[in-house]
Amino acid sequence: MIDTVVIGAGHAGLAMSKCLADRGIDHVVLERGEVANSWKTERWDSLRLLTPNWQSRLPGYGYTGSDPDGFRTMPETIAFIEDYARAISAPVIVDAEVSCVRAEDGRYHVRSRKGDFLCRALVIASGHCNLPRLPPVAEALPAGVASVPSMHYRRPEMIDEGGVLVVGASASGTQIAWELQMAGRQVTMAVGEHVRAPRTYRGRDLQWWMDRAGVMDERYDEVEDLVRARTHPSLQLTGSDQRMTLDLNALGDIGVRFVGRLAGIAGTTGQFSGSLRNMCALSDLKINRLLNELDEWAESQDLGDLPPPHRPESTRVGDDPPLLLDFEREGIKSVIWATGFRPDYSWLKLDVIDPKGRLRHDGGVVDAPGLYLMGQQFLRRRKSALIDGAGDDARELSAHLASYLKGAAAPGAPALIEAAGA
Amino acid sequence: MTTTQQTDVNNGVNTQALLDAREALTSAPEAAIFNWRATCTWKNGTHSRTEVKGFFGLGEEQSHKTTFTFDADHPEVFASEDKGATPAELVLVALGSCLTAGVAAIAQHRDIQLRKVTATIEGGMDVRGILGIDSDVRNGYNGIKVHYDIEADASADDIKALVAQSQKRSAVFDILTNPTNVTVSVN
Repeated sequence: MIDTVVIGAGHAGLAMSKCLADRGIDHVVLERGEVANSWKTERWDSLRLLTPNWQSRLPGYGYTGSDPDGFRTMPETIAFIEDYARAISAPVIVDAEVSCVRAEDGRYHVRSRKGDFLCRALVIASGHCNLPRLPPVAEALPAGVASVPSMHYRRPEMIDEGGVLVVGASASGTQIAWELQMAGRQVTMAVGEHVRAPRTYRGRDLQWWMDRAGVMDERYDEVEDLVRARTHPSLQLTGSDQRMTLDLNALGDIGVRFVGRLAGIAGTTGQFSGSLRNMCALSDLKINRLLNELDEWAESQDLGDLPPPHRPESTRVGDDPPLLLDFEREGIKSVIWATGFRPDYSWLKLDVIDPKGRLRHDGGVVDAPGLYLMGQQFLRRRKSALIDGAGDDARELSAHLASYLKGAAAPGAPALIEAAGA
Repeated sequence: MTTTQQTDVNNGVNTQALLDAREALTSAPEAAIFNWRATCTWKNGTHSRTEVKGFFGLGEEQSHKTTFTFDADHPEVFASEDKGATPAELVLVALGSCLTAGVAAIAQHRDIQLRKVTATIEGGMDVRGILGIDSDVRNGYNGIKVHYDIEADASADDIKALVAQSQKRSAVFDILTNPTNVTVSVN
C-alpha cells in the first residue's frame, strides 16, 4: 500500500513527483520504458523543441545554459528531462508498463510489469500523444502507397522515392513537409484547419510574447469554448537556429503545393475539399487577432524600443487548387499522416471515459475520487501540454491530491474535494 | 458563453436557443440526427415542382409550418419554358442562404449588429459537359464565387471573421466542397 502512484515519467509525471515529494507524499512513478520515453522513441530525428530553452521551467528546475533563446534538439530535450529526474531524485520505476488499473474498495489497483500497486491516489501522466489519430479515409489508401503516421516518421531516407502527400498543416505536418521537400521530394500538403504563427514578432520570440502577455496562463475555466481550446490545432512553429517562420508561404516558396483537406479516396484518386481558401483565411484572421492582442498588451507596458507592429503577408493560395489527385499519375508513393494524436486509456478500467474516448475531468481532477490527469492540452491553462505548463498544474493538482488524501485518511468519511489553488 | 446575450444587438437570431440546443444535443447526440426531405414531381418538359414539408429530428417526425414549393426549369435559350430557376441556380440559392444565415447567427453570438448583408453568388459552368459534347468537361460548376457586401458595427477583420466562420459551420458549403455519397434507387 502506497499513498500515490504516478503513471508516466515524462516532464508532467516528474513535475508532479517533485510537488508530491515537496508535500511529503509517499509515491512511485511507473514508467513503461525509460524516463522521457516518448521523446526517445516517438519523435523524428531533426525535431527540436518548439519552445525556447528559457521556457522549459519545471518545479525546482530550469535552463541554466548560455543560449536561453535556442531550441533544444531531441537528445538535449531527453537529457534535460533525465537530468530533472536525477535532480529531484524521482522515485521512478522503469520498464513498468501499466496493463490495468481497477478500483478496489476505494483504492486503485495498478497492475504493472514490475508488480502490482495498491494506492489511494493516482495521477495519469501518460501523455496525450500515445496513438496516431488517423482519419477513416486512411483505410482507403490505394495499394502500394505507404501509410506513415507522423509519430513513425524519422528521416527522409525512410520514405520511398517519389512524391509525398502530407496530410495536416499543423506543427508536425509543416516541419515534415519542409524536411521532405528540402530532401528533393515533391510534397503535396492537404491543408485543413491550421493556425500560422510567426517565430518572431517585433524582435521577440512569439513564445516570449504569449508568455509575458499572459496568453499562456489563460485558465481552462476562463476560456470561452473549452472543448474547442482542447482540440485546437498546434501553432505552425518550428525551432531552428535561424528562428525561421514556417508557414504555408514559406513552404510554397520551396515548391510544396497545397490542396484542401483530404476528404475521400476513390480508387487511386484522392479527393480534396474546396475549402482551402477559407482555411487559409481563418488562419490569417486568427494570427492577426493574436498579434492585435499582443500589440494592445505591449501598449500598456513599458517595453522600451520595440520595432513597430506589422502583419504577415496573407497566405498565398492558388486560384484553382486541385480537387482530385490521382496517386499513380502524380507519383505519390507515401502519405504522412500529421493529423494529430489521441491518448491510450485501454488499460484504465474505470468509468471515467466519455464516448469520445476522453477522460471526464475538471481541470485535471478526474471524475473519480483521488484520480488526477496531467499533461493534456489546455488541462488547466493554455500552456498545460508544454513542458513549461507542467509546473503550475502539478502544484495545484498536488494540493488537491493532498487534501483528498487527508480526507480519505478516515475510512468511510466522504473525501474532502476542493478546487485547490482556484 | 451566456454573458454575450445582455446587449442591444439584435439580428433577429435567438442565439440563446441555439446555444441551449447545442448543450442539449451534446448530452443527447441521438436527438441530433436529422433527416431532411424533399419530394420532386415532374410537371412537363424540364419543369418540375419540389415540395418540402416534413423532416425528422429531435427523435421524432417534424413538420414545417407550411408546405414550401420550388419550381425548377430551364430558360428559353435551352428551349425550355422557364417556369423556374435552374436546379444549378437553386444550388446557389442554397449556398447563399446557408452562409447568410450563418453570418447572422454568428454576428449575434459575437455581439455584432448587422446593418446590411448582401451576397452575390455565381457559378461558372461549361455546358458542353451536360450536353455530352466533351466527356472531359465536368457537368457541374467549375467553381463558385461568393461575394459579400456587409455593413455592420464591427471592424473589417471582424466582418471577415464572420464570413470565414460561417463557411466553417455551413452545411451547404460542406456539401459543395466535400464529396458526398449519393444513392439513387428506383421503384
